[in-house]
This record gives sequence, structure tokens and C-alpha cells, in this order.
Amino acid sequence: MKGLGIVTTQSSAEPTRRDFLYIATGAVAAVGAAAAVWPFVSQMNPDASTIAAGAPIEVDLTPIAQGQDIKVFWRGKPIYIMNRTPKQVEEAVKTPLSDLKDPETDQARTKAGHENWLVVTGICTHLGCIPIAHEGNYDGFFCPCHGSQYDSSGRIRQGPAPLNLPVPPYQFVSDSKIQIG
Amino acid sequence: MSGPSTYQPQNPVMKWLEARLPIAGLVHSSFIAYPTPRNLNYWWTFGAILSMMLAVQIVTGIVLAMHYTPETTLAFDSVERIVRDVNYGWLLRNMHAAGASMFFIAVYVHMLRGLYYGSYKAPREVLWILGVIIYLLMMATGFMGYVLPWGQMSFWGATVITNLFSAFPYVGDSIVTLLWGGYSVGNPTLNRFFSLHYLLPFVIAGVVVLHVWALHVTGQNNPAGVEPKTEKDTVPFTPYATLKDVFGMSCFLVFYSWFIFYMPNYLGDADNYIPANPGVTPAHIVPEWYYLPFYAILRSIPNKLLGVVAMFGAILVLLFLPWLDSCKVRSSRYRPLAKKFFWGFVATCLLLGWLGAKPAEGIYTVLGRVFTFCYFAYFLIVLPVLSRVEKTLPLPNSIADDVLAKGKVGKAVAASIAVLFAFGVTLGGGSTAKAAEHEESPPSQDWTFAGPFGKYDRAQLQRGFKIYKEVCSNCHSLKLLQYRNLAEPGGPEFTLDQAKAIAAEAQIKDGPNDAGDMFERPGRIADTFKSPFPNEQAARAANGGAAPPDMSLLAKARSYPRGFPQFIFDLFTQFQEQGPNYIDALLQGYQDTPPEGFNLPDGSFYNKWYPGHSIKMPPPLQDGMVTYDDGTPQTLPQYAKDVASFLMWAAEPHLEARKRLGLQVMIFLIILSGLLYFTKRKVWANAH
Ligand code: FES
Repeated sequence: MKGLGIVTTQSSAEPTRRDFLYIATGAVAAVGAAAAVWPFVSQMNPDASTIAAGAPIEVDLTPIAQGQDIKVFWRGKPIYIMNRTPKQVEEAVKTPLSDLKDPETDQARTKAGHENWLVVTGICTHLGCIPIAHEGNYDGFFCPCHGSQYDSSGRIRQGPAPLNLPVPPYQFVSDSKIQIG
Repeated sequence: MSGPSTYQPQNPVMKWLEARLPIAGLVHSSFIAYPTPRNLNYWWTFGAILSMMLAVQIVTGIVLAMHYTPETTLAFDSVERIVRDVNYGWLLRNMHAAGASMFFIAVYVHMLRGLYYGSYKAPREVLWILGVIIYLLMMATGFMGYVLPWGQMSFWGATVITNLFSAFPYVGDSIVTLLWGGYSVGNPTLNRFFSLHYLLPFVIAGVVVLHVWALHVTGQNNPAGVEPKTEKDTVPFTPYATLKDVFGMSCFLVFYSWFIFYMPNYLGDADNYIPANPGVTPAHIVPEWYYLPFYAILRSIPNKLLGVVAMFGAILVLLFLPWLDSCKVRSSRYRPLAKKFFWGFVATCLLLGWLGAKPAEGIYTVLGRVFTFCYFAYFLIVLPVLSRVEKTLPLPNSIADDVLAKGKVGKAVAASIAVLFAFGVTLGGGSTAKAAEHEESPPSQDWTFAGPFGKYDRAQLQRGFKIYKEVCSNCHSLKLLQYRNLAEPGGPEFTLDQAKAIAAEAQIKDGPNDAGDMFERPGRIADTFKSPFPNEQAARAANGGAAPPDMSLLAKARSYPRGFPQFIFDLFTQFQEQGPNYIDALLQGYQDTPPEGFNLPDGSFYNKWYPGHSIKMPPPLQDGMVTYDDGTPQTLPQYAKDVASFLMWAAEPHLEARKRLGLQVMIFLIILSGLLYFTKRKVWANAH
């Protein structure tokens, strides 16, 4: 009567029927307990209405004058849409890749034929603050939290952030309208 | 938890810890080495089952609170969003709602066991009183939890129960205002009930710790009611009691899962699928089944204050039980008279429960008074007198003797089945509440989604949607559905493109835009079904004063009593289709000429199945009205059936997932219970 009764006794060298029963019971119970945890974890993920609400949105570009920008929200994230001046575009295109921490050409970050339009997710790649447009040393974005600076193509140039501001999936549906998502 | 531990750690880390915080020793002495009487029967596993249920309620409750909104205009919808959109939300909600009932079933078994075997007697008085306190806390928690979904029964239950306190002279009204935080049940009430409903389970858990502590000081009572004397009378808690408890828990989970996966609405009230409406009281306010006996006591006394006093007294009298029954013999096994009266008391409680669900009129009131008297007489007359006059049978010398003498497993099994059956009677009592009014029920149809393997018929749901769109949607909204639901698995399963096209046909109001104006745009699949009227007032004005109800939950919000004993069979046959049967019958139940002597108001129509028979809605469907492309007959009975199926899906979009997972869980639990049973037998073989 001492001990747990569940451990194998030393005298039985081979597994007995009893051991098999104990192991099987324990294993089935463990599988059940593990499976029961899943719904409690899964419920933390975005629910069906949140996922559905993340559908693509359309944005009209006509009100944005050159040198201005707007912020729209898609999936709860701010998206900067900037109508860049020719000077900004030129700076972005001319910057040699060797100057960049996260090398990427301006062409790769804009759509051909619409080079003046920069569309980036306005979330600092350091720790998630929102950078301010048209500030900093590179005519792009400046993050007030820990001083990251992005250029006019949204590429990281200085400060603790490791990566460029990401470009969300988008396309031009007409010359003055884009669809994000 | 009693005395210094015998635990001797070998591992140096454990030694170090034990010298500073003897927690391992505490666990060891409380749950491993702790001696338990070796003759405990399965009624003793309900303590473990209750601990499990408390844990389940706390865990599911915390998770539900992550998604629930305690605000009167949002609460009802937030619960529906949990059920419809949150991953496994339907499961968590069913677990929590059915879990409350399971908790009470287990606590009633546990209390009756204590009563039968005299577990409240010296030296276990404090243990018993702590138990009564836990029970009171459970009642309060359960009541406040039932208010949170903010349906009709939630609201009116809250109103009625809080008004109990208005019975107290002088201070009554002030107390009620204080409870409400306003001049009626409203948003402040909901907020505080949510807060307290979250708090109280942790208070319960705290008192449970005291309860277990007290238990471990005095030791467990046992069926023989004699204290263990030698080591031969006891076995260590682990593995003997633990395995028995785990086996009991596993069997209880099978019972619990039956409700979670197959009968989620059996224990609830259909009226609670109608959002709270402070202007309309449901025809019958019936509390949850576990309060019914006390509700019957309340109503049987014709004086407001005395009724309330009697109701609370019925619970508080339990606190004095250790002194009301002074018989030295604990177990009713050796008290032939007390045993008979015990079963009489059980019957009294069940009958009071049945009466609590009946309308308070005629013979029911008389019976209510008789059984209220019986209830109190048991505690205040029978037990005190019996303890003085009863001739008890000789007790066994020791627990070991008792174990050798008995072998009546069959009897215990029979008793368990009888008790479960009796519980079934009370549980279903609520559904008979309205039986007196209706002479006839709508005919039961064959539904593809009925039974444990039920599935929706896709083509039927698509046809039903067509009827909704072309006919019903002119007046009825479907506010809890979004166009995307049409393409989701388990429903009509339109293709995504079809759903998009359906959505785009609707003009949805959006905005404001940059200029601050509202504008209309074609619907997207994430949009909610467009309502035919901008608000309830407009709906009412356009329909002769009666707003057409929202149809999202119609199939679950309409029901009819099945009567005794049918509702007990329903539990086993998984009958849950009252709603669709009613809708199907209603659509076909119009009669051009009302029966002789029926006075039909102007602008109303006679319908055989509508409560009161006078309905404002004109007959909505006629043969040939909607064109079917798949060759299905275009007749009224077919239309009625198709649209009723569609509405069932609208009310319960995850029905298929629920039944599918239910089957898996059931198979798993039955295998687990079987394995545990054999393991337990193997282990106990050493002890005999
Ligand atoms: S978050 Fe932007 S610099 Fe740290």
C-alpha cells in the first residue's frame, strides 16, 4: 500500500498487462487534457467578424495635393499615403543602396507610372510607434519615440529601427484611386 | 492540512524549499498520504466533481469575459457574437451555461449525501456550515450570471429577484434602489452584476479552501458513520481516492457533454433569446430550475414579507441542522425511520421544484402550501423528534467490518439511476410551465438537422434564403447575420462570389465621408444583413403598431411545452426542434374564418398556432409565390419547411460543428471512463 501503485515494480522485468493499462489510461487522459486546452487558446485569435472586416478598402487620391499626405486605417493600422514632390522622389531614387540599412530601391517600393505616390504602413519597425511625416533629416518620417528616421521612400536611415516601413498590398484601380488590401 | 507533515523530501532542492515553505508537504499530507475511510461509495466523488465544476466555470467565465460587453445596448449582441464569431465561442458559452446547471446538480447530490449520512454532525458542524455558505454564494453567482446575457428572462428575473428585498418594512425600497443603482433595472445594475459575478467565484474558491481545510481536520465521514479507528479502516488518498474521484469526474463529464453538445437549450428558457424589453413582461417568469423549490415556497405564502422570509428561511434552516438533529447515529443506514423521512424530503423538494414551474393558481397553490409545510416540518419537527424517539440499528464495530459485510453495489447503482431520473423530472419541470394553456402542440416535422448526426440540407437552406429574401425581408430584419455567413461552411454554402453578389444588391448606409455626409454604397460581405426599416419606430408605424420581430434567433426564441413525461424522453432523444416546428406550423396555420365565437380584432388574422390566435401579420406565403429552380414543389408546406430550416441555421450557424465535435468528445470520454474504471479496479484490488 506504500507508493503510488502506478510505478512498475522492479521485480517485473517485462511490462505486464497492468502496466499497459496504467500507461494507456495516463496517455489517453493526457491527450484529452491537451486537446481541451486548444479552444481556450484558439479563442484568443481574431474572431470571424474581425477577419471579415479586414477586407480591402478603396481610397480616392484626388484631394491629396503635392507635398501632402493622408493617413487611412486598414485592419486597424495607419497607412500613410503621400503625394511626393519631385525633389522627394529624386532624393529617394538617387540614394545609393550602400547608404541603406535595409537596402531596397525606391522603384521596388512604388508603382511604375505613379512614382510620386508613396503608400506605407505608418508603424515604426522599432517598437510600433507612429512616425511623423515630413520630419527628420531625410525629408521623410521621424519617429518621436526613440528617434528613428526614415527617408522619403520610408526607408530606415538612422536610429534603432531595423527595417523599412512596410509597403502594404495595394494597387491602382484608376489614376486617382487605389485599393488597399 | 492537519498536523505536521510526514513528508520527507530526498531531493536537496525540495529539502531546501521544504525548510522555507512546506508546500510540498502540505500537498503530500492533504492529497497523497491523507487517510480516507475505505468504505466510501461513489456519492463521495461529488466533492471532487464540484471542485472540477468550479474550475471549469472560472476558466470558461474568464474567457467569456474577454469577449463580453456589460452594457445594456450591447450585452445581448456581444453574447451572440461570442457564439457566432469567436473561435469555439459556441463551445465556451455552452460549457459555461450548462456548467452552471451541472454545478447545481452536483451540489444537490453532495448536500443530500451529507443529509443522508449525517455528515453535518459533530465534529463536522463547521464543515457543514461552510458548505451552506458556499451554496448561498453559488445561488447569488448563478443569479447574477443569468442576468448578463440581457435577454427577457435575464431582465425580468433580475427585476423580480431584486424586488424581493422591497418586502422588508421601511428600508425595502431604499435597498432595492441601492441594488439597482437607479429607479429600475438598467445599465448600472448590469455593470455591478457583471463585476460581482466575476468576483464571487473567487470568494467561493476561498470558502472551498476553508471547507477542505475543515474536512481534513475532522476527516471524512463515511457510509457507516463510524469514525476510523485503526489503519485497517483507511486507505491513502492517492491513488485510491484520487482514482475513484477521477473516474467519477470522467463519468460526470459524459453527462455534462450531453448538454454541451446535444441539448444546449434544454436547461434554458426560450424567452432568453429575445433581447430584454423593459416594456413587456414574458407570460411566465420562471427562474432557473435550481431555484424552483425556493420559488415555490415564496409563492405559496400569501403575504409578501412572510413569503420572502420563508424563502430565505428555507436555506438558512440548513445552518442549524447540526443542532436540530441530535441523534448520535450519523448514517441513515442505521436509522430506519429517518431513512424513510429522508426520501420523503427528497420527494418534497422535487415536487416543490415542479410546483415552482407551474402557474401560481388553483390546485398548485394548495399543493405549494402543503409541501412548504412538509419542507419545514422535516427540519423543525421530524428530525428533532426522531433524534429523541427513534430506535436505531446496531452500528458495525469498525469500517473494516462494514466493508466485509456489504456487497450491495447493485443497490447503489439503482439508487443513482433513480436519483438521476428524479433530477431529470425537476430539470424539465420548467418546460411544462405553459402546458395548461395550450391544448395542442404544433406537429413535429422531420428535420435533417435533428438528432446526434443531424446536418443542414444545403439546397434547402438556399431555398429558404430565397424565401427570406423575396418575402420575409420586406418586413423582418436579420440583424445578427452578415452576408459572409452565407458562404461559410455548415450553412447554405453559397460560393464566395454568390455571397458577394447578394451583398452588392443591398444599398448599405455608410459614412460619414470626408465632407461629413452619410452616403450609400453597395454591400460588402462583411456587412450586416440590411434591415427593412431604419429603426423600431419605423417598423412599428409601417405595420399597424406591431413591429415584426428580428428573425436571427426566432427559431430558438420560440418554443412550446412538451408536457410530462415527454420532456424526459426528449432529453434522451435529443429533441430540440420546437422552434422550427412552431414556425413551420404558424406559416400554415392561417384560417380564413375564425372559429365560432372567436372575436377577431380589426386588422388581425386568425392563426391556429399563434399565442392568442390573433396575429397582425397577413398570411405571408402562398403556393407558387416563390420560384424554385431545382424542381422542388412550389407549395406552401414546402416553403414553410424551407424557411424554417433557414431560420434554424440563422439562429444556430454552428450546429453541425457542435454535433460533430460532440461525437468525438463523447467517444473519447467513454473510452477514458472505461480505462479509468479498470485502472481503478486494478489499484483497489490491492486494498481488499
Ligand atoms: S518605436 Fe520608433 S524609434 Fe522606437
